[in-house]
Amino acid sequence: MTTSTDRSAEQLSATTLLRFATAGSVDDGKSTLVGRLLHDSKSIFTDQLEAVEQASIGRGQETPDLALLTDGLRAEREQGITIDVAYRYFATPRRRFILADTPGHVQYTRNMVTGASTAELAVVLVDARNGVVEQTRRHAAVAALLRVPHVVLAVNKMDLVDYAEPVFAAIAEEFTAYAASLGVPEITAIPISALAGDNVVEPSAHMDWYGGPTVLEHLETVPASHDLTGCKARFPVQYVIRPQTAEHPDYRGYAGQIASGALRVGEAVTVLPSGRTSTIAAIDVLGQSADIAWAPQSVTVRLTDDLDISRGDLIAPTEHAPAPTQDVLATVCHVADSALSVGQRVLLKHTTRTVKAIVKDIPSRVTLDDLSQHPAPGQLVANDIGRVVIRTAEPLALDAYADSRRTGSFLLIDPADGTTLAAGMAGDAFAVVAQTAAESAENAPDESGWDF
Amino acid sequence: MTTAATVTEGTDSPFALSHLDALESEAVHIFREVAGEFERPVILFSGGKDSILMLHLALKAFAPATVPFSLLHVDTGHNFPEVLAYRDRVVAEHGLRLHVASVQEYIDAGKLRERPDGLRNPLQTVPLTEGIQQHRFDAVFGGGRRDEEKARAKERVFSLRDEFSQWDPRRQRPELWQLYNGRHAPGEHVRVFPLSNWTELDVWQYIEREQIALPEIYFAHEREVFKRSGMWLTPGEWGGPKETETVETRLVRYRTVGDMSCTGAVDSDATTLDAVITEIAASRLTERGATRADDKMSEAAMEDRKREGYF
Repeated sequence: MTTSTDRSAEQLSATTLLRFATAGSVDDGKSTLVGRLLHDSKSIFTDQLEAVEQASIGRGQETPDLALLTDGLRAEREQGITIDVAYRYFATPRRRFILADTPGHVQYTRNMVTGASTAELAVVLVDARNGVVEQTRRHAAVAALLRVPHVVLAVNKMDLVDYAEPVFAAIAEEFTAYAASLGVPEITAIPISALAGDNVVEPSAHMDWYGGPTVLEHLETVPASHDLTGCKARFPVQYVIRPQTAEHPDYRGYAGQIASGALRVGEAVTVLPSGRTSTIAAIDVLGQSADIAWAPQSVTVRLTDDLDISRGDLIAPTEHAPAPTQDVLATVCHVADSALSVGQRVLLKHTTRTVKAIVKDIPSRVTLDDLSQHPAPGQLVANDIGRVVIRTAEPLALDAYADSRRTGSFLLIDPADGTTLAAGMAGDAFAVVAQTAAESAENAPDESGWDF
Repeated sequence: MTTAATVTEGTDSPFALSHLDALESEAVHIFREVAGEFERPVILFSGGKDSILMLHLALKAFAPATVPFSLLHVDTGHNFPEVLAYRDRVVAEHGLRLHVASVQEYIDAGKLRERPDGLRNPLQTVPLTEGIQQHRFDAVFGGGRRDEEKARAKERVFSLRDEFSQWDPRRQRPELWQLYNGRHAPGEHVRVFPLSNWTELDVWQYIEREQIALPEIYFAHEREVFKRSGMWLTPGEWGGPKETETVETRLVRYRTVGDMSCTGAVDSDATTLDAVITEIAASRLTERGATRADDKMSEAAMEDRKREGYF
């Protein structure tokens, strides 16, 4: 067998890119699953394995400790735990993958939020012997909160429950019901044994009753981009390109990455927050002129009119322009060690725009394990998730996070030292539960009510 | 309808970008964020493929205007002449401004001492960090990729460095969505890694797609080399070969380009980009494992050097 040839063929033909995140505590076998995906896609190199073997021998271990492969920091190796998100890369013939490998400890909710923020798919690991536990509910809640489009429930260690279908079915049913109640749009449950290799890359010989895809097969075939027809176009202006050269004396292009939807030449657009209107005269996709461009392409747009447009403005189709607002109701995950308090002055970074803001209220804090909520906590500390009301000094063209992960998200930043305080998502928190909250708010408008 | 994307086949929608288009778009976004948010950014430019790729992406990001950044090269004094020639050619061609921080000058001035093992890569940190302070650069682009090394797998795209240029992995800012936080105090700066999510193979495939010119030492050629610590090194005034080491002529190429004292050549007959890509894809060694001596010094060599201010 020539493994090297296999790898070259695989990696050269891969076409699209999928970003996904894994969640699960160490005991659930996350490292084993990650290791198997990397190993079976031949993404672990001889010198990396040798380094792990040497280090393991150096510590007096008899077998190579594969955790050393992924635990990149001194502190992690010393403590034997993963303390930070790491990004890993592998490829198959069909696709390339960026894996956000997130630690599963309770105190690192912010790390899963970080990993999930850019993920199109999340793998939640469950130990088949333990079933759905607090940690599982927490991971499902984070995936729902961050609106990760696809969630995989990997019921691991099936080898330790005799590959019994009823065990899997019960866990899958409980998880699916819970995740669906949070509004997770798509859930795929897969019975696996990461250690024995069942249904990770190869279909299991022990579970004839399972007719679905393996984990890898699912990763390869899940849609990596969204249907644009339902997405309104959003184009945050990053930078104004004005060469002012003899060759391009009057060129004025607005550079940015399309945040959602598609832009077309000839389209009527509105610039926010000013509200001025114009028409798209030309689109340049990094050197090639195009009639249409879409998210997440980085492009330069020219308009038919000379408007005063600068970094921080948002260009959107006139018929679907968002209404600028200075009052933001959002869910935030607090990521800093210092607290976020009512009355605190912060900076709010939304797309390419950073504005002054003040935290007017923190109506509630939620416990992700059971979604129980605690009214008026006064402040949020590291890893807390809560609802906030923010007033900004200038209007923002903000969408609901449910409509656009890119233009519905923001950071809260400490103006004193630049620390990132919180990750914010505008609008309702959980799709389905939030609907209930909205209904109940109509019936009994109570500020301190259960608003998740 | 004219479109400027490689439309992909298979299970994905017609609006899925190819992996190279997706990586390119992300890198360009990062360059433009820095141009929009910082006063004095600089691109670290060594003449190696990663920095060449960065420059190519920056040129695309701001076309038809010029790149709004200058370049900084930390010259160890043991660089390959072909690479220095390439560097000067590129700088002239695009009308760029190049700053050079010279390790040799630091040694000559007695500010740095030559190491007993002759390695100069570790000596780059001081001229680099002092160069950053001296020019008051507030954003410094590096070509580092997370696939290179396990400490780098933990690196942020925007990595805040204190006034001593130190990296503290436990105090990194969480990086969420594409919202990069570049706030920093005077004296601090941000290291920016637009190629974070690229792999070595992505880099080569993109160079091939864009037909980017590279220094010739990246392609197979006859070269006088000698073996030290399992690597083929090029003889030179930097300190090789020793009496016990014998020089021979081999058909080799370089996978990475760095200091001559610690960058090894690999046996190769790949004379074209296609051949290089095939060779890289088939290799069972990482590029650093194959060609870098300084990473082998300890389990945490990279992390330790990064903490001090190295990339």
